[in-house]
This record gives sequence, structure tokens and C-alpha cells, in this order.
Amino acid sequence: MNTTIHSERRDFLKKVSLSGGGLLLGFSLFEDLTAGEIKGHVIDGAMHNFNSYLSIAVDGTVTIASPNPELGQNIKTSFAMIVADELDADWNKVNVVQAALDTTKFDRQLTGGSGAVPHSWKRLRTAGATARQMLMEAAAQQWNVPVSECSTKDGVVLHVASGKKAGYGELVQAAAKLQVPSNVALKDHKQFKFIGKPIKNVENKNIVTGKGIFGLDFYREGMMYASIQRPPAFGTKIKSVDSKAAKAMPGVTDIVTFKNYVAVVGSSTWAVLKARKSLVVEYEKDVAALESSSDHDALFTKMMEASNARVNRKEGDVEAAFKNAAKVIKREYECPFIPHNPIEPMNFFAHVRPDGIELVGPTQTPASARKAVSDLLKVPEDKITVEITRLGGGFGRRLKYDYVVEAAELSSIIKKPVKVIWTREDDMGGGSYRPAVRYRFEAALDANKQLVGYKLRGVGINVGNSTRENNFPSGSIDNLLIESVDHVSPITTGAWRAPVTNFLAYAEQAFLDEVAEAMGKDPVQMRLELLEKARKSPAGPVRYDINRMETVIKAVAEKSQWGKKPGVSQGFSVYFSHASYVGQVCDVVMEGGKPKVKKITAVSDCGIVINKSGAEQQVMGGILDGMGHAIYGKLSFENGEPQQKNFDTYRHIRMKGIPEVEVGFVDNGIDPTGLGEPALPPTGGAVANAIYKATGKRIYRQPFIEQDPLKEDE
Amino acid sequence: MPVYSIHVNGKTQKVDVAEDTPLLWVLRDSLKLVGTKFGCGIGSCGACTVHLNGTAIRSCLTPVSAVGTGKVITIEGLSENGDHPLQLAWDEVDVPQCGYCQAGQIMTAAAFLKKNPKPTLEQIESAMTGNLCRCAAYHRIREAVQVASTKMK
Repeated sequence: MNTTIHSERRDFLKKVSLSGGGLLLGFSLFEDLTAGEIKGHVIDGAMHNFNSYLSIAVDGTVTIASPNPELGQNIKTSFAMIVADELDADWNKVNVVQAALDTTKFDRQLTGGSGAVPHSWKRLRTAGATARQMLMEAAAQQWNVPVSECSTKDGVVLHVASGKKAGYGELVQAAAKLQVPSNVALKDHKQFKFIGKPIKNVENKNIVTGKGIFGLDFYREGMMYASIQRPPAFGTKIKSVDSKAAKAMPGVTDIVTFKNYVAVVGSSTWAVLKARKSLVVEYEKDVAALESSSDHDALFTKMMEASNARVNRKEGDVEAAFKNAAKVIKREYECPFIPHNPIEPMNFFAHVRPDGIELVGPTQTPASARKAVSDLLKVPEDKITVEITRLGGGFGRRLKYDYVVEAAELSSIIKKPVKVIWTREDDMGGGSYRPAVRYRFEAALDANKQLVGYKLRGVGINVGNSTRENNFPSGSIDNLLIESVDHVSPITTGAWRAPVTNFLAYAEQAFLDEVAEAMGKDPVQMRLELLEKARKSPAGPVRYDINRMETVIKAVAEKSQWGKKPGVSQGFSVYFSHASYVGQVCDVVMEGGKPKVKKITAVSDCGIVINKSGAEQQVMGGILDGMGHAIYGKLSFENGEPQQKNFDTYRHIRMKGIPEVEVGFVDNGIDPTGLGEPALPPTGGAVANAIYKATGKRIYRQPFIEQDPLKEDE
Repeated sequence: MPVYSIHVNGKTQKVDVAEDTPLLWVLRDSLKLVGTKFGCGIGSCGACTVHLNGTAIRSCLTPVSAVGTGKVITIEGLSENGDHPLQLAWDEVDVPQCGYCQAGQIMTAAAFLKKNPKPTLEQIESAMTGNLCRCAAYHRIREAVQVASTKMK
């Protein structure tokens, strides 16, 4: 059965131009508009907010403009697949281009929160389906047959009874003259041709042949290169700058001090990197503001007892539950700051001219970056263009636009086009970190070993609310208190892949494992029973889907042969984040007296899987990223200065010794949700729980490598 | 500044740069061969890997003055049409996520397979572990090296 889009919640399409004789459609969905408004004149104004473009040329080439920044989540391929599927296109004729920032044509042109696919799913499908309908109508008119007798396949319209057929390219000129239909039928999921299949990354050829598609590769004739000296420690300010020696070095043209920066500008990257080493910059230290990791330790202890905690959720009578408890389990978990470390260092090109500003580079938030530049340089946004290159990773780092703004400011000072390039040390010391956090969990068990009370306090540094108070197990425990305390520090933080949950999930899933043990229950069974309680007599609102969570739990238990592998110690974890559900089981065996992670099995429910190949990549990469950071990730501070500055002292997971990862998906036909983040949060918990099974030792702090039993011999 | 004649991807090129300029920046800034990437500058991530006389080297740590008459091959020169068995395997296995490290991964793998055309999984891991992939596409990198090894002539 086909689904029809109702007029009050439909996608709008508009022929934007007939340039080159082809068909060009802009499309968008305005969910907030009512049917009445749609019929009025509002549309003309609102239609400027196109979500994307689809064009079909007379040679049959289908071009899809992908508005969202691509950083490895493979959106460029997924978006095109969705459009092409409904269009019934020939995949070999589909061409995808990255759109520049255009807030008059696109909305939500950013990459973050695993949100691009859920946002665009219906818009993209409707665009493809509408174009297909118009092509069929054009064919039907030419052949003088009813459109209902026409069908499509691989970029061709067919009329089976007469044997007539015509390629999309032959029909676009006629199609472009037709009215855009307002109601089009979308495919039944069973008819999907590309969606759900493994389709290769559209950028593979460019990547494997070394084409200059990344921000750092951008070059403009006459541009200058710049390297910027930033304060070495948080809480310091420039006191004096002696740039004489640096200025005299070959290839250096300008040395500019602005804000807390000293920029070395010159004719090549090496010239400026080398000259920067000759700068003599003295810094003024605000001693009170210079924080060390040992200060944070003491601070967390104090914050755990603070009386001004923010109450994020409260159910029942927590005090009574704990007072009357037969047993109370109380545990603390802690994680350090970690940098994002996308493999392509920060960089941006800026050219501030008298008539406007040109910005080019890798950013997850082009619109916010432009606004910040506009505010700083007092140049209207419509005079600023932002071209989005491919991003060599993001992980949340490029949600911040500090490196865009400084490039623009520098260009405005030197009045030349300039590309600012950060070194790895600049990036690791540059102040956008996953916040350091400590959690205290408490569970109250009654005389029947039932979980009757639950408390969580999260304390953190520049994290805001460090809890996710409406996630599981909220709703399943009658007496519950979730609160948080935040400390404002000069050490700046930012959203790191799966913000907050990237650590909270580990702490919570490790704690629940311990609670299950105290209750005398299997960890999988314990979670299923809690979900049953949330279903039958929920304690307050339940903001996750009980059935979906239950399904991934059962599916991953089965797939991993939970409890049925002799000689293997298994750890369980399940987490709901970014609207997707992921369950994981980690297999550990002892090798040479140390626990060794051999395998991680994951089952994800992200609704409909768009690209099987890309989705598997997101889950496998997310799991290794989660495991790597749980085991190795740590950025520590001495007097405000980060102690790890490059990959020689900051350890990432490498290929040697990676576990097998087996990935499965729940096939439930629900509209898709994101997958860039959700597979990461559960991993730390699954690994810690399996290590406990193997060794009898619980791990309460990241990085695991510093904790018994993983601690490496000195 | 001194002028160096270096042999890159089968062509002799003259570059006028300081003698301590890393080959990485000569390739990227002077010759506009930007397939070779900057990741760490200390030889720890492998994004800048190129071949010097058939050996995989870190171009970020190799000064131009040390290149001499050596033959440099970059990702742009690995094959004429992007059809080196590794490049084909990378597509077949659909390896790249963000893709930034992949040129370095392929160059490391290419030099390795020349010396060890039929490696075991462990040998692949040992050879490739110096190349960081921040997206952690390691399973597919390993698989692609293996696929390529079955197709190398």
C-alpha cells in the first residue's frame, strides 16, 4: 500500500528555474503551516526555505545538492539514496554536490545531534516522488495514454501495454512545463530499491586518489598562510610580545597581535610554523583561575555535598525509600576531559574584502559561524558567503566556530586572503573538550532485593546538566532523584560525540550491572523486569519507547549468545540516545593474566536503515571510538595547561588488537533516526561489565588503562 | 633559499624552499599535491605517508634536503587511473568514513604489500597500526588490505 502525503503536512516543491532546459526543483517541508496558510500568499515567502535541490538535466543526469556538512557520517550518500529511490533513478546517473551555506534555500544546514536524516527523510522522499510523478505525466501526455498506466524503472518511464519508453532526460523539458503536483504517493517500504541496501560512499574515488576535497586542501591564488600562537594555559593573557626575530624570518609578511592571539602570516605553511617558534610571548597569569586536575578532584568531592544542586527529576519519596532500605549501593564514577582530535586539524580560509567576506572550510555549523563573523566585523550576513568543504572528522569540535571567526578577523586586519592552519598541539590545547564529570549513583533495595529507590548526582565542569533525567531507568523506579551541579571554569568545553551520554551511559550501565548482581538477577533479565514495571505502573513520564528498548535487549542477547559461551566473560549494556536504541554485549577472555576484549556484538534500532554499508560503519566506528576513549582517553591539566599535546602522549585506539565487532539492526519500518552517535555511549559499560565478569574487578574511572586490572606494568 | 630538484610521481620538479622544509609542505604548498595530509607533524598518525624509493615514510618528518635524488611517490602517483589494487579494494570494501587519513593508509599498505604480498591478519595489523583512523574504520581497512593482497599481480 502506498502512503499519500496529506495536504496539511506535505512537502512543497517548486520549479525554481528551467535553466539549461532541465528540471530543477527546490523542496521543503513546513510542518507548522496549516492547510489554510498554504493556500494563501504565505507560501511565496515561505518557499524560500527550500531544504534541498534536485535537478535533472536533459542528458538524464540527476544532481542532488546535499546541504549538510559531511564529516564521515556519509550523509552525502544517504541523502542522495533517499531521493533517488523515490525518483526510481539510475544510480549511475546520480551526482551529489555539497551545497554552500544558503539560509534562504535550506534549513537546519548543520551536522550535529544525529539529526540530519530524521529531519530530511520525508522532504527528500517527497522530492524524488514528485519529480517522478511529473516525468510520468509528461510521458503520458506525449504518448496520449493515462498516467496511471505508466511506470518507471532505472531512470526510464515505461508504458508497458504499448512498449513505449523514454529516459528521464528526454522528458524533463516537457515535465518542467507542468504544474507541480501537491499530493504524490510515496513508495511502500517493500518497494525500496536503494534504501536498506549497501551503497558505496559517493566520494570514494576522490578520497582514494587524493583529490583536494578537504578544508586544508583549499587554495586560492594570492592567499597567505597563518599560524596563530594562543595562550598555553587557560586563565592566562598576553603581557608582552617580542616578534622581532620571527618577523625577520624568510617568507614572513606580517605578525599581528589581536585579542589573546599572535598571528604569524607568510607565504607558506612551513614559513609561518617555523617563524612562530621564534616568537617570545609573555603571559600574565591569573593564579586563581589556573586549574589543575588535582583541583578538579577536590572540587568534585565538594560539589557532591553541595546543597544547591539542580533537581532534574524527582519521583516518589526518595528519603523514605533509602531510610527503609535493606541494602544501599553507592558508587562513584569519574571521567577526565578529552579532546575531539578530528584527524584534519582546524583550518579556515577567509577573505575580508571591502564589498563582502568569503569564507571556505570545514565547519559543522556554517550558519552560526557566519553570524558570529557578521557580528564581530559588522558586515551584514548577506554579504558573507560560506563554502563548506568536506570535514576530516568533527566529533563535535567543528560545532564551535572559533577558528572561523579568528581567520576572518585576521583577514580583516591584514586585508589579504588568508588560510589559518592549526597544528595538532594548537588543537589539543585549544579548548574544546568533553567536560570532566563525576557521578554518584545510589540504589536502595528492599528486603526482597527489589529496587525501590534510585539517586543520581552528576557534577561537572562546564557541562551544564550532566544527567539525562528522562532516560531509562527513569519511569521504572518509584522513588527517584536526579540532580546536577556545574562548575564554571576557564577550561572551555564543547559537545563531544554523544554529549554527556558518551560517559553517563558507561557509569549508569556499570552501576546497573552491580545493582543486578546485588538483586541476584541476570543483568539482561533485570533490565527487562524494570521495563515491564515502567510499562505496567510507570513512575512518572516515560520518554523512551519501552517496546523498542525491550526488542534491542532481547535481540542483542540472542545475537551474542548471552550466557551461552563457555570460557567467555560477557558484559551487557543498552542505551537510548539521539532517538535511537543500541544494545551491546562485550566478550572478554583472559590472555596472559589480563582481560582482553575479543568481541563486541551490537543491535541497533534506528528505524529504517538507509545505507546498510554506511550504517554498519557508523556502528563499528562508534563502538571502537567508545572503547578507545573509555580505555585510553585522558587530558589532564597542570596550572591551566593541558599536559597531553599530540598523539605521542594522547593515546587513541589503533588497529592492532581491535576486537571483532558484529552489527545487527532491528527491522521495524519506523521512520529513521540518526546513527552518528548512538552506538558510542553503550560501549564503555559493556566493556567494563565484561572485565568485571572476567576478573571480579569493577572499574569506576576512565581511562580504564590506569585502573586495575587493565593497568599496564610500569 | 636553495632550489631543490626532486623527483615526484615520475616528474622532476624544482622547488625553492628552506632546507628544513618537510617534504609534506613541499608537496602540499609548493607542488599543490594535497592528497598527502597533515595530521600531527610528529610522525605519529601516518596521514602524511608517501613512498621514498619504495619505502613508506612520514613526509612530515622528512626534510626536503634529505630527499636527494630519491623517487617520491604520493597518492596522486600511486596509479595512473586510480586503479591500484588497494584503491579498488578501498572502494569495493567501502572503507572511508571522513576519508582524511585514507591516502596515508593506502600508501602504508602499498609499501607493505610489496614486501609481503600475502600477509596474515596479524601482519596487516602490525603494519597498519601506525596509521591513525580517528573514525576507527579499522575493520574495513584491514579487510581492504586483505582483498587487495589477493588481487596483486
